[in-house]
Amino acid sequence: MSALLEMKGISKSFYGTQALKDVNIQISSGEIQAVCGENGAGKSTLMNIMTGILQPDEGDILFDGEKLVDLNPSQAQARGISIVHQELSLCPEVSVAENIFMGRVPEKKRGLVNFKEMRLEAEKVLARLNLKIDVKQPVGRLSISEQQMVEIAKALSINARVLILDEPTSSLTESESKILFENLLRLKKEGIAIFFISHRLKEIFHICDSYTVLRDGVYVGSGQVAEIEPDDIVRMMVGRELDQSYPDKGTEIGKSVLSVANISREDEFENISFQINEKEIVGVFGLIGAGRSETMQTVFGINQPDSGTIKLFDKDVTANNTRENIDQGLIYITEDRKAQGLFLEMDLNANVVAADLEQVTRNGMVDKKKVAAVGEKFVKIMNTKYADLEQPVKSLSGGNQQKVLLAKWLAVDPRVLILDEPTRGIDVGAKFEIHATLRELSNNGHAVMFISSELPEILGLSDRILIMHQGRLVGELDAKTATEEEVMMYASGRKDDFNN
Amino acid sequence: MENAQNSSFLKKLFGFREASLALVIIAFALLLSVFAPGFLSRYNINTTLIGLSMDGIMAVGMTLVLVVGGIDLSVGSVMAFSNVLAGMTMVTLGVNIWISVLVSMVLSIFIGFSISQFVTKIKLSPFITTLSMMSIARGLAYIVTKGSPVSIGEISDLFDFIGGGKTFGIPNPGLILIILVIVMDFLMRNSKIFRKIYYVGSNEEAAKFSGINVNRTKILVYILCSALAGFAGILNLARFGVATPTAGTGAELRAIAGAVIGGASLTGGEGTVLGAFLGIILVALVNNALVLLGVSVYWQQLVIGLVLLTAVIIDMKVHGAK
Repeated sequence: MSALLEMKGISKSFYGTQALKDVNIQISSGEIQAVCGENGAGKSTLMNIMTGILQPDEGDILFDGEKLVDLNPSQAQARGISIVHQELSLCPEVSVAENIFMGRVPEKKRGLVNFKEMRLEAEKVLARLNLKIDVKQPVGRLSISEQQMVEIAKALSINARVLILDEPTSSLTESESKILFENLLRLKKEGIAIFFISHRLKEIFHICDSYTVLRDGVYVGSGQVAEIEPDDIVRMMVGRELDQSYPDKGTEIGKSVLSVANISREDEFENISFQINEKEIVGVFGLIGAGRSETMQTVFGINQPDSGTIKLFDKDVTANNTRENIDQGLIYITEDRKAQGLFLEMDLNANVVAADLEQVTRNGMVDKKKVAAVGEKFVKIMNTKYADLEQPVKSLSGGNQQKVLLAKWLAVDPRVLILDEPTRGIDVGAKFEIHATLRELSNNGHAVMFISSELPEILGLSDRILIMHQGRLVGELDAKTATEEEVMMYASGRKDDFNN
Repeated sequence: MENAQNSSFLKKLFGFREASLALVIIAFALLLSVFAPGFLSRYNINTTLIGLSMDGIMAVGMTLVLVVGGIDLSVGSVMAFSNVLAGMTMVTLGVNIWISVLVSMVLSIFIGFSISQFVTKIKLSPFITTLSMMSIARGLAYIVTKGSPVSIGEISDLFDFIGGGKTFGIPNPGLILIILVIVMDFLMRNSKIFRKIYYVGSNEEAAKFSGINVNRTKILVYILCSALAGFAGILNLARFGVATPTAGTGAELRAIAGAVIGGASLTGGEGTVLGAFLGIILVALVNNALVLLGVSVYWQQLVIGLVLLTAVIIDMKVHGAK
């Protein structure tokens, strides 16, 4: 079987850092290929080159035997090479049909839009994905998974031959992921070649035919998924053995530091009570829409609860704003690092000191030397890969951005940490490092609470598990004895300990 | 080793946008001194400096607003309002000029405070809020004067000295601008409170989640911007001795142009006071060149527009599109 798309000897560097070095990859029609690698391994760069967003410094791209020179995004699109990014890029106020035909709207005479044809075509392409929705409604009203289908439909409508999916399941629930996979298999039968970028090995082994592994911008290996074990891929990605996937659990539990009693906020969550202790890691599980982030943001002081009380170190902090909570050692690390976490245009140092300018200020003036010292110290503690502390954060890979976000919060010297999806969309190696950091903080007497949508992570990292369902706390389990099935029973609303 | 240090120093200097802007200004001034006789005359330099000082003061305030991610279209009108109010309270009510000045400044600050409340509490867009305020303040200036300029005559030696005198041979309005630029540039680069403006402008949500009081930062910025516009109005009164309802017409555009040429980003998070100052100088030099070369004043606005476009395009090419 000859390759549909082949990239040979691709090299690319930015800011003096080699992002890709002599990378080869190829894919045939009807093949689903996993692209694996840690953050900063060069996956995104490679895909950006494939879609014409970036130009390689060296190397050739062959498509259907034809050599593509100076590929730009519209040429790539015209050949049917499309990418669906992790962050969707639709216009929320515009209709589904118009989003699908963005830039290629069918016309009647005199430049008027042929809405009828557009709707019919949109319905036709959505039917290939087994999605029956009103194509006249604004895209913003659809669920995230439906929006993703619209993005895929958009790619299909340009006669897609190569489809790249970047972390497509990172914001989907399990059942939504299943629907996505069914669709991918359908497209595979149509002969479309699919690159599937994911950190979830289970998914890769479930859906992919073949794999290519990158590490630090270098090609490590490729082959058929059927002929390899998950552990082998992990080993290829990190270049070392992961002797255990989660750090040891805590041995003793310290005193209670944060206690939340009966807090409610209209339309968000109801009657939530819990406490967290020093030297303990508490995992909060729930499906999308369970109200976990809303609850924790209220505890942090982004919003105030309608009723109930929050006590930090035995002091009533219910009415505190975020600044007061940060100063007293309570922090919340957002799940949305781009929108709520980082100042992407600003450099690493400026980001690290953002939540505690006080510690680098003398007589009202920011001391640049201190900023540089604090920046370097915490970026290094988090083992972040960077070329220059004064490079903008947006030039880092996703996992390294996440490390900068954590560095920013460790720099405020917190006592109680609430982390929202701290390892979403990042690779195995960085994930392991973040888990180890959290356990170390806990062992050193910090109280740690984290929200996660990944069951293995909830069971593996936590000492205790809280489960939320539709704005209510429904279960509390000891992580040593809990099982995935049990947690899921609570999360899906089939079991409820507190609200009968 | 030494070489490496040198090259990184040069890289920093040329990466430093104010340096390249200063070079452009110097080159332009050299050209003018050759081709436009009279450019280097003391008279020309002094009038140009006085002419740009009011715009410069407003460009300083505009920079703060642009960095925080907003815009203030009302500065020219607030300048006129403050100018007219100070003049008229004195002329019609017969109060002491310093009390008039105080009243004017308090009301300018109040305008800034109102803008900030609309922007932070009601969440109106700064563009619409200040577009309305632009019309309201200008309207007030016309109402108070019934549309025509009112002379205030000679009032106080000190007041006249501030507007018309010189210190160390430099016209006082220019000197005031220079001091303001030095102080505000230092504060914007170093002070904790002013650094927060960059964080808020760069990513408002992230600033909120980092415990930075976003609203307080915006309130500070809009108040400072209006206060500086009001101050420019007072300075204008001190300079010309006439309460003029048309003062500062089009000043918002020149202030925005100066700030943007100097590196401020309309999407927030970027910009320096020094850059805005240099931007305003460039705008003033272009105007001055047109005058000296005998080009009709009607061409000025057109040329300023072209200069702004050119500066922004060059910046995009050099620093990468945003």
